[in-house]
Amino acid sequence: MIHIVDYGLGNIQAFVNMYKRLGIESVRARAAVDLDGAAKIILPGVGAFDHAMELLAASDMRERLDDLVLAQRVPVLGICVGMQILANSSEEGAGQGLGWVPGRVRSFSGNPAFASLPMPHMGWNDVVPVPSCPLFRGLEDDARFYFLHSYYFEAADLAHSVARAEYGFAFDCVVNKGNVFGVQFHPEKSHHWGAALLKNFAEL
Amino acid sequence: MLRPRIIPCLLVHQGGLVKTVEFKNPKYVGDPINAVKIFNEKEADELIVLDIDATANGVEPDYRMIANLAAECRMPLCYGGGVRTPEQAKKIISLGVEKVAISAAAVEDTSLVSRTAEAVGRQSVVVVLDIRKKKGLFAKGYELLTHNGSKASKTDPFELARRMQDAGAGEVVINSIDHDGQMKGYDLELCTKMRAELRIPMSFLGGAGSHRDIEELLTACGVVGASAGSLFVFKGSYRAVLINYPTPAQKDEICRAGLDGYSGK
Repeated sequence: MIHIVDYGLGNIQAFVNMYKRLGIESVRARAAVDLDGAAKIILPGVGAFDHAMELLAASDMRERLDDLVLAQRVPVLGICVGMQILANSSEEGAGQGLGWVPGRVRSFSGNPAFASLPMPHMGWNDVVPVPSCPLFRGLEDDARFYFLHSYYFEAADLAHSVARAEYGFAFDCVVNKGNVFGVQFHPEKSHHWGAALLKNFAEL
Repeated sequence: MLRPRIIPCLLVHQGGLVKTVEFKNPKYVGDPINAVKIFNEKEADELIVLDIDATANGVEPDYRMIANLAAECRMPLCYGGGVRTPEQAKKIISLGVEKVAISAAAVEDTSLVSRTAEAVGRQSVVVVLDIRKKKGLFAKGYELLTHNGSKASKTDPFELARRMQDAGAGEVVINSIDHDGQMKGYDLELCTKMRAELRIPMSFLGGAGSHRDIEELLTACGVVGASAGSLFVFKGSYRAVLINYPTPAQKDEICRAGLDGYSGK
């Protein structure tokens, strides 16, 4: 059973549909009580960093999530802005992130390597994982995923960067620290590659 | 490496899918949901669905249809048609759509783009500009039209596209009216001029009749979105309806062949 955190951001239905097709049960969690007994958690998100953190704080699920993820070590997968809020902070906002994976979210446009590239980074890009990353088990070498973002995660510890994508330079597009995973791209919209990744997460 | 996107564009008219020629003579080509299912199987890069009645008739977006499309769609989806307020855009995003396209309303009031970007995030705001070569013996350059090509705007299309970018558009779709449904290739002059003008992602629509046409667009413009209607819904010179899309190998070949010839950065 996969619990999908519904705090008002992100395409929850896309995850529900994807897991239904994979024959894996999933449920929306709208309040702390819905997270009882969660064995796997998906934390989606789109939009701005501070807005996501504010909505999560207002949802009454924040404390329960901290307990499940940090104390009980339940696997969690942050997606897009749901990945970015795993960091400590972001150049996009003034507020604090969850801090589950040490790092800072940076702006592409602040980096001269991107001066001539269209922004946001939008479309299908190749993702190169470290061989040990369990999310990519069984995926083809040319696996590609759909990206749509203007900010990127910069892991403080190189060991937490488990996959990179190239846009002007190689940036961290998958982070992992223990039971906490985050992907910048949208696996729920990345055809069979995304399905395989979400299945791998469900089977961790 | 970021890949060019190859994007089927579906037009909805009176609840069915249609294809037009120069924005006229809509021909019924099938059921929208069925088409989405086929593009799922073919693993299309993205999908654009435009409701061509909503703005022309001044009605609200059909949220039920949008929700049904979004529920079925396993690739990123861009919806356009009848969107005039940030609230409408927000509602559409909440139904599971990745991007909302605005056109006429943005041309009338550029602040709609900024306000929508604020509401749903810049990355989800697409501005569609319908452009054609100016008509008349001594006319030069391009002009912009709205309401399915029935209303002309006085503003220079390139200037307007830049204003959309500055206002916070995450992407611009450039739709060539003269090339719509002709299947004789993109208006490459328009595409390259626009490409030089902007630095947000761009997609081009109007004129693609073969994979070769997409290659030519990529050679002219580099990594951009290549969108097409007729190409992906018709087969053969009699325009028999057959939903199609390049296979992964064909897609790789189109992108390779196209980008090999690209001389820009």
